[in-house]
Amino acid sequence: MVNVKIDGKEVQVPQDTSILKAAEKAGIWIPTMCHNNLIEPYGVCRLCSVEVVRGKRSRVVTACNYPVREGIVVNTNSEKIKWIRKIIMELMLSRWPNVKVVKDIAQQLGIETPRFESLEKDEASDACILCGMCVNVCRDLVGASILGFVNRGIKREVVLPFNEQSDKCIVCGACAQVCPTGHIKMVIEDYKGKKPEFTLGPKTAIYVPSMQAVPRVPVIDTQSCIHFQTGGCETCAKVCEPLAINYKMEDEIVEVDVGQILVVTGYGIFDATQMAQYGYGRYDNVYSSLEFEMLVNSTGPTGGKVVMKNGEEPRAVGIIHCIGSRDTNYHPYCSRVCCMYALKFAHLVHDRTDAAIYQFYIDMRAFGKGYEEFYSRLLDEGITMIRGKAAEIVEAPRLNGSDGNLLIRCEDTLIGKFREIPVDMVILCNAMEPQRDSDTVRRLFSISKSPDGFFLERHPKLDPTATTTEGVFIAGCAQGPKDIPDTVAQASAAAARILSLICKGEVEIDPVRAMVQDDYCSGCRICNNLCPYGAIDFIVDKKLSHVNEALCKGCGTCVAACPSSAMTGHGFTDAQILAELEGLIS
Amino acid sequence: MSFEPKIVGFLCNWCSYSGADLAGVSRIKSAPNVRIIRTMCSGRVDPAFILKSFQLGADGVVVMGCHLGDCHYQEGNYKTLRRIPFLKRLIREFGIDPRRLRLEWVSASEGDRFAEVVNEMTEEIRKIGPFIHSATKIKK
Repeated sequence: MVNVKIDGKEVQVPQDTSILKAAEKAGIWIPTMCHNNLIEPYGVCRLCSVEVVRGKRSRVVTACNYPVREGIVVNTNSEKIKWIRKIIMELMLSRWPNVKVVKDIAQQLGIETPRFESLEKDEASDACILCGMCVNVCRDLVGASILGFVNRGIKREVVLPFNEQSDKCIVCGACAQVCPTGHIKMVIEDYKGKKPEFTLGPKTAIYVPSMQAVPRVPVIDTQSCIHFQTGGCETCAKVCEPLAINYKMEDEIVEVDVGQILVVTGYGIFDATQMAQYGYGRYDNVYSSLEFEMLVNSTGPTGGKVVMKNGEEPRAVGIIHCIGSRDTNYHPYCSRVCCMYALKFAHLVHDRTDAAIYQFYIDMRAFGKGYEEFYSRLLDEGITMIRGKAAEIVEAPRLNGSDGNLLIRCEDTLIGKFREIPVDMVILCNAMEPQRDSDTVRRLFSISKSPDGFFLERHPKLDPTATTTEGVFIAGCAQGPKDIPDTVAQASAAAARILSLICKGEVEIDPVRAMVQDDYCSGCRICNNLCPYGAIDFIVDKKLSHVNEALCKGCGTCVAACPSSAMTGHGFTDAQILAELEGLIS
Repeated sequence: MSFEPKIVGFLCNWCSYSGADLAGVSRIKSAPNVRIIRTMCSGRVDPAFILKSFQLGADGVVVMGCHLGDCHYQEGNYKTLRRIPFLKRLIREFGIDPRRLRLEWVSASEGDRFAEVVNEMTEEIRKIGPFIHSATKIKK
């Protein structure tokens, strides 16, 4: 530790700390233009110049990269320093008169109009002030090193190699992040296939998935994390005090032996871009239900405020039911939950804004406990219910007296008229769908699906959680669209079914099994290769096939194939089936 | 009196039998001509059963199983897929119109498809007419 005196204040800091950091500790402000804690000091703006007195000698140095030594005295506010800063700022202000950071610091230093006239005057408010932070962050922190300076003097500028878009750019946005003037901008466009799909999603590469996440720890998105692309950055590891960040962690496959499986893979959401008439994906303020859910969440991107993409509060909101459900072109079934969450959305919008709310419904299905009461309450809140599915949404210019720039065209079937309703924001109630990979999951457990694509239960009334495969149970939206209370009830039932088998300690299996009648078996081994479960062994000593009853599932493929009728299937013997046949036909 | 064909249906327990059940539960109308025999898997259907059905006087036989890849027993229906087309060629030599034998895939969710298959088959057999034994009886 060394002792330094800055403007008469004594501070104790470790050796080699910069004067700027020491001054910060002493609570003394030194103006800077090119300094950022993320990168090495560059010392190019010279604005942090201070006077260092050591013994009898005094010299002017830049505070950002000058390491302190024992006993030095620093003056940050002497007449000489004030004069230097004033000249620097006057020069900068004469060249970039409209850049906010330049104007602010000039104002703080009491400069109104510069005495100089710049040859390279740039009137833009987002002009590049050549601080070099972008170049340094790209080289030191990101490790991509694609930005650099060219030319000298007044022609100096920051460019990409050969002034072209570079493949080496990983589009991390670090340069735009550090740019003090906004000269570097991130433009959302399809570049290198990196188009943000869900613009309401996390803005950083390391984030906590949701406030309800279990365990509630951050995860790293390796697709957008700088470290995984260049090996640089590691800013999160530097700031994490318990050293919890591990970049080497990988996905692993863990094998677990289980006796029963509960398949609760949930649902997917209908992609509303298929219904072009509603303009989802084309118009800014048309949201899907889950997007809006995220928007109104108090931990969401707007902190729960209902605002449009331009930040303004909507003056009218339209909520359209049955997007993709109850529609023979897409899904004929009812998604069950939409009516109620649409009412919830209406309530939240009503609560947080003064917007007029329109609901476009086919039929209101307020089916559960307390739901009808909620519906009546919403009607009292002054929500406009329009019976009729909206036909299309068109963009309309804002007219005097109109409510928005989207126009919902619909037929109001209760008054028998076509209507056009102007709104600012539209929420689509997307249908619930089976997960996209549900067929793969289904085959894995050899369970069936119902016509709508959701997993099929063993019996719709008597066995709604079991499947045709022993030991495999289903619950929740994997079985069909349902709301939270129904899901909880079904999942509890499935858990109880599983527990009852665990408590019993043994399982009953179907008595339908194949068996070899040893006297007839000629040992031809035709059945051996037919069995998909490998349940038929060949006993070499006796030259006979033998069925392992624990492995056999009783399909009877071997029974049908046996040329000497030595294989019989309990419950489905040849004699039984032939007798059945005779009974049927006679 | 019009000709009412007798058709024997061999249905696998997991897909087609459940599909037939669904057709009933969903009140889908279908021809009553198909008489169903349940087997655990369409792979259990011994070609001898089909020949026996014709011998006993059936006008048609339909075998239904799970869609390929959906078999409850993993690959039983692939065995059926190999056996039935072969048998179709064989029955032609016995003097049986191969149209009288059909193989169809009906899943547990396809109640409507079950009804469709049954109706189609019944109509077709009605057009072909009753199956009359040739002088020589088919031996098992």
